[in-house]
Amino acid sequence: MATLTTQPEPPTPAVDNTHDDPRSRATLVLGGLNLTTLTDRVTGIAMSRPQLWWLAAISISLSLLGYLGLMIGYLVVTGPGVWGNNQPVAWGFPIVNFVFWVGIGHAGTLISAILFLFRQNWRTSINRFAEAMTIFAVMCAGLFPGIHVGRPWLAFWLFPYPNQMAMWPQFRSPLLWDVFAVGTYATVSALFWYTGMVPDLATLRDRSKNMIGKVGYGIASLGWNGSSRHWHRFEKAYLLLAALATPLVLSVHSVVSFDFAVSQLPGWTTTIFPPYFVAGAIYGGFAMVITLAVPCRKIFGLEDIITWRHIENCAKVMLGTGMIVCYAYSIEFFTAWYSGHHYEQFTFFNRPMGNYMAGFWAMTICNCVIPQILWFRRVRKSWVGVMIAAMAVNIGMWFERFVIVMTSLSRDFLPSSWAQFSPTWVDISMLVGSFGLFFTFFLLFLKFLPTIAMAEVKTVMPQGHPHTGPGGTMRPDEMSTDYRPDEQPEHGGTH
Amino acid sequence: MTQATVYPDSHHDTEPDEPRALWGMLAEFDDVTEVVHAARAMRDAGYRRFDVHSPFPIHGIDGAIGIRPTILPWIVLAMGLTGMTIGFALTMFTMGDFALAIPGPPGAPPLEPYPYLISGKPHLSIPAFIPVIFELTILLSAFGAVFGMFLLNKLPLLYHPLFQHETFKRATDDRFILVVESRDRHFDPEKTAALLKKQGALCTEEVLY
Repeated sequence: MATLTTQPEPPTPAVDNTHDDPRSRATLVLGGLNLTTLTDRVTGIAMSRPQLWWLAAISISLSLLGYLGLMIGYLVVTGPGVWGNNQPVAWGFPIVNFVFWVGIGHAGTLISAILFLFRQNWRTSINRFAEAMTIFAVMCAGLFPGIHVGRPWLAFWLFPYPNQMAMWPQFRSPLLWDVFAVGTYATVSALFWYTGMVPDLATLRDRSKNMIGKVGYGIASLGWNGSSRHWHRFEKAYLLLAALATPLVLSVHSVVSFDFAVSQLPGWTTTIFPPYFVAGAIYGGFAMVITLAVPCRKIFGLEDIITWRHIENCAKVMLGTGMIVCYAYSIEFFTAWYSGHHYEQFTFFNRPMGNYMAGFWAMTICNCVIPQILWFRRVRKSWVGVMIAAMAVNIGMWFERFVIVMTSLSRDFLPSSWAQFSPTWVDISMLVGSFGLFFTFFLLFLKFLPTIAMAEVKTVMPQGHPHTGPGGTMRPDEMSTDYRPDEQPEHGGTH
Repeated sequence: MTQATVYPDSHHDTEPDEPRALWGMLAEFDDVTEVVHAARAMRDAGYRRFDVHSPFPIHGIDGAIGIRPTILPWIVLAMGLTGMTIGFALTMFTMGDFALAIPGPPGAPPLEPYPYLISGKPHLSIPAFIPVIFELTILLSAFGAVFGMFLLNKLPLLYHPLFQHETFKRATDDRFILVVESRDRHFDPEKTAALLKKQGALCTEEVLY
């Protein structure tokens, strides 16, 4: 550690902040941004007129969303027969899409809650973004079980409410746990997102020039005025929410995996499912974070705030969770063999060699092979390499759920009840349309809401904390990325 | 910069305002270290009814102003226990096989348990109820944390005298605004302004109701 200087002159910031040695790494926020220019940069997106690409993108997304609406209308007036679902494959695409989207929805809360508890300061630039992604992905996820119940207008039967039939839902069923888990997750994620956004909405309110902005952001920011007493309670509430969301995020995908694991079906009834699903959800979620962050930081000129270090960190998390997922894939095969259970062994023989072998190999190549390119530093540093890996995981994780749902359902115990599932055009249209739902909301968020958690980024900037060097001067390590304001050495000493 | 007295509404009023009472005074700072020192100096000088408005939470400001720890964690604990109790009662009541009827809403049958018998499993299988109990605990705790925080902060806030000041708009951007209320028994327009100036305030403004 460098010795203390009394001069308030910061060490020359290196441009590269992806360096492995924290001592020679630049700060998290690059480009010499200070508090003012950071606010300008972030609020500039919401204050300026929409760009052409944004209008084009929202038109496409809205068209897809409209198409999804048409498909749902068609489904409701015709019946679930428009899907390829049959007996025994009653779950079909809706449940594949549900698990896919709810998995994507996990990275947001992981970044905001778990990385917050671990004091990973780099999360501040991407957490808002990832939380928004979470909420919109959970909206897409919630849609599919809702329309899969057969009579969607009676979907409220899922909830325990006093009714004229004097019936209650079956509380020992994992499908009902799912209602509570996903419902709680959607609610808590939305609250977490909104609470964190209130101070930034106040910034937009104070920056707005027109009446609509002033009134709109004024109502949304609840009269936030940045009082230190308010911040004190805000920080406590945020910490408590993070502590509550952490077990929640792990429980939600565990409960989703119980939908499968609690059944008796070969290929589903394994105890590895909860951790395996959680790792898979984080894997797919981080892939989606990268997919969205790499273009957005470029288009909106946020490269100094969402730096390449953020992308590289996400890539490393992806690589790590990807290894857990691949380990789970292989241990499933081992368990099937070691169990000596004929049906289990057949299921796992059927996966790579049977009726859905294309899905299995797509999953394996996309999830286990292609992302291994991220081991190489040169690949992690190029946007093409990172995007290839992330897109592979996006595709691979959809196929993972496809393989899990289809192989076990279509080939269960009795060959006489076997059947093949093939998706209809409505199935495919709904999957594509759900991306329209997701991107419509995401684009609206990018344009009209604070994309970066400005207040949080400011706390990790050198300007954001009182100098603790002798006589109120800046200590050299305040400019470093790993500066911990809470762990201060004695004045005049070194550590 | 000299001390500026601002009458915020004067620019669009043709008739002179009625004289308005003094709410307090604000002082603008552009450095986080200075504002923490200023807050500590204010407290040392005996002031109590003052606050620092900042675009982000400042480390060490709680001690400098003398902010007492919030009771929010206890609210969250109470809400969490309530959620747990509701979850436990809901699952045990609805799944039990005992004769118990709670009067329902008017015109509806009484609420009675609906014991499903599935694979001969016990009716009151608590392990199977844990996911629901857990999710309800988290849900109500989160409600407690968010709504408790906003209510303790007296938000939503429709109006505040400070919102009339252009200077105050930068409290959500890049400036730190130290605000003293005139209710403080040490408050004196001149002396307070002089003290704040000495601590490095860029400017001070009087805030009217």
